[in-house]
Amino acid sequence: MLDRMHILICGGPDCKDKSIPIRDAFKANIKKHHLENEVSAVITGCFGLCALGPHILIYPGEILYSGVSEENIQEIFEEHVMKNNPVERLLYRGKFDRMKLKNRSELTFFAQQERIVLRNCGTINPLDINEYIGRDGYMALAKVLTEMTPEEVISEVKKSGLRGRGGGGFPTGLKWEFAKKSISDEKYVVCNADEGDPGAFMDRAVLEGDPHTVLEAMAICGYAIGSHTGYIYIRAEYPVAVERLEIAIGQAKKLGLLGKNIFESGFDFDIEIRLGAGAFVCGEETALMASIEGERGMPRKKPPFPAVKGLFGKPTNVNNVETFANIPPIFLKGADWFKSIGTEKSSGTKVFALGGKIANTGLLEVPMGTTLREVIFDIGGGIPNNKKFKAVQTGGPSGGCITEEMLDTPIDFDNLIALGSMMGSGGMIVMDEDTCMVDVARFYLEFTVDESCGKCTPCREGTKRMLDILNRICQGRGNLDDLNILERLARIIKNSSLCGLGQTAPNPVLSTLKYFKDEYIAHVTDKVCPAGVCSKLTKYVILDNCIGCTKCAKNCPVGAITGNVKEKHKINSKLCTKCGVCKSICPVEAISTKPEKWRAIYAKAN
Amino acid sequence: MTLNELNALRKKARDHIYMVGLKRAARIQIGYGTCGIAAGAKPVYNAFIKKIEEYNIPNVTVVKVGCMGECAFEPIVEIVESDGTKTIYCSVNERMSSEIFEEHVLKGQRLDKYLLSKTKR
Ligand SMILES: Cc1cc2nc3c(=O)[nH]c(=O)nc-3n(C[C@H](O)[C@H](O)[C@H](O)COP(=O)(O)O)c2cc1C
Ligand code: SF4
Ligand code: SF4
Ligand code: SF4
Ligand code: FES
Repeated sequence: MLDRMHILICGGPDCKDKSIPIRDAFKANIKKHHLENEVSAVITGCFGLCALGPHILIYPGEILYSGVSEENIQEIFEEHVMKNNPVERLLYRGKFDRMKLKNRSELTFFAQQERIVLRNCGTINPLDINEYIGRDGYMALAKVLTEMTPEEVISEVKKSGLRGRGGGGFPTGLKWEFAKKSISDEKYVVCNADEGDPGAFMDRAVLEGDPHTVLEAMAICGYAIGSHTGYIYIRAEYPVAVERLEIAIGQAKKLGLLGKNIFESGFDFDIEIRLGAGAFVCGEETALMASIEGERGMPRKKPPFPAVKGLFGKPTNVNNVETFANIPPIFLKGADWFKSIGTEKSSGTKVFALGGKIANTGLLEVPMGTTLREVIFDIGGGIPNNKKFKAVQTGGPSGGCITEEMLDTPIDFDNLIALGSMMGSGGMIVMDEDTCMVDVARFYLEFTVDESCGKCTPCREGTKRMLDILNRICQGRGNLDDLNILERLARIIKNSSLCGLGQTAPNPVLSTLKYFKDEYIAHVTDKVCPAGVCSKLTKYVILDNCIGCTKCAKNCPVGAITGNVKEKHKINSKLCTKCGVCKSICPVEAISTKPEKWRAIYAKAN
Repeated sequence: MTLNELNALRKKARDHIYMVGLKRAARIQIGYGTCGIAAGAKPVYNAFIKKIEEYNIPNVTVVKVGCMGECAFEPIVEIVESDGTKTIYCSVNERMSSEIFEEHVLKGQRLDKYLLSKTKR
């Protein structure tokens, strides 16, 4: 549905300070006039007219205001939005054709996104180095090698405030500095492209769409820390990305952008690819290095940290793909520019892979500080089929779920941790009223049980025990005490595991227990599954809105449904095998698996 | 390579990407990441190549590009024209490719029914 009116407010570096009060002023007016469904006000990327900012662009009509302030909003709202009389006095005078946005999908999906990491994805041909060069590719490396000392490079990265996008959010500049300070004849730069979170594919998209950006960044890192060899550790399940990386490395070498004496600076740098077998734990940096060395991919004790003693016992700097993809723009546009995007403690953008019960699944890049609500409802298009939003899981199997009440939290590293989840690598799974939270916890735990390397007993055995309990609960054989045991096991596993996998494995259970305890209790005491998912605890029933079309009765494989044409049908639950056929074919959604009490709760919420 | 050589290469490549100095040129960008390939970008790519050969028209290129993020609507084809107009078509198949080529690329008629914005709700 097209909004009657769509207000875009520039949130670029120069307009940024003023854009939030402007947006809030619009939102307040929208609320006052109850126009939430007709008018939207969102902050977008730079309009490219920074000197005259802040700008507001109003659709339909593509009407641009410039140099507005908070005080003008009331007038613009009352005249333009309410009466469709643009306020002439405040309009931008000049030619404006940069942003030829034609329709709403481009507006919401692209306009609100700030593309740094994905700047070239979907625009250039990743198989042709010239296209990357045409978009300023390797200019950052040239600048670094011909104009800057390694110390200056590190201080620029530190100044940008860039933090690792692989999950932990460690300051990248600081990490580089540690590696630089370690003295050794040999050092390594490693790019972590293992990407093991279920539902995540941000790194794959970067490597497939813009492989050279990672190569360029690794060379810059090599120069900064004093390394001449880089490794990209990538899972073999990404054959397209591997092939494009190989082609990219070949082309860069041919042009002398990798190899000996790059830009006649005397600096040499080469990159090799190492394939991983796709174990989740191999994404952990010490396990990853063990795997490159040809050992079994098991985490090692830290300290010593990789910056001191890493790959082959030499100082090593490990960064994530997305972290690296931020590096060339930082040198092209400056650390101050980068720092101006995002929030105080988390600068820049973050790429998310949005999936689950969401209208627009896909990849998106937003400035840090964007709220979860904006990501899910404005950009992601909300929940399909008029279902009710229940929670969003960030951080994959290491993270936790975030509920409706917390959706207005600005996304950054620290806020998500405060909510009991984490940024993780950027998978974002949206869940609606049809998702059972106990089942979700069980899904993630099943994953970690499979992926635990087995080195530590609490992680190996404890997660298995937790999974047993969750299985029992889902089958209706749980009791209240199980919830306490889950919490105790979780605490022990978190405290006594060697690596991040074990330390975070209980998080999905803990956070669902915290925010959805009523669902757990429904499972263990009422023996029902509120979402109607756990089959042992559900019963198929036909509701009053049945129109008696007989479709379900005709298709039930065991003949469990009876009823006359145009009359409400009935399911004999003694015969029903819970195959789900009837529910999926009913034209009016008259068949439900949710228990009555919970149906009422969801109905009210809608 | 020296900095000057890189700069020269950059200028050339930039002119090529943005079709500088060309009239009525177009660049057909096809989302060719894993998601696009899985959704059927390959026959779409081949269809455009075939059309270009068939009509033998200059200044129209087909380019494989990475994921644009709208994975649910792949295969995605974006037509970038030398005047800067960009049009995004989604869920494109072989038959639609021919139609898009003949109507949009050859005659300049945008096919509104296939636009991303029309499909997406
Ligand atoms: C179990 C586990 C899995 C991980 N998987 C990944 C991964 O797939 N990709 C990644 O970049 N980092 C992963 N990490 C984080 C890495 O250990 C490391 O912190 C990261 O690569 C550092 O890069 P950054 O500072 O650029 O974020 C994982 C950590 C753990 C504990
Ligand atoms: S915490 Fe788990 S995955 Fe990590 S080292 Fe211990 S057993 Fe292996
Ligand atoms: S769930 Fe399957 S067995 Fe049960 S009533 Fe429906 S169609 Fe019949
Ligand atoms: S398919 Fe739905 S509407 Fe038709 S008879 Fe069965 S329950 Fe009623
Ligand atoms: S910062 Fe507002 S136009 Fe660039």
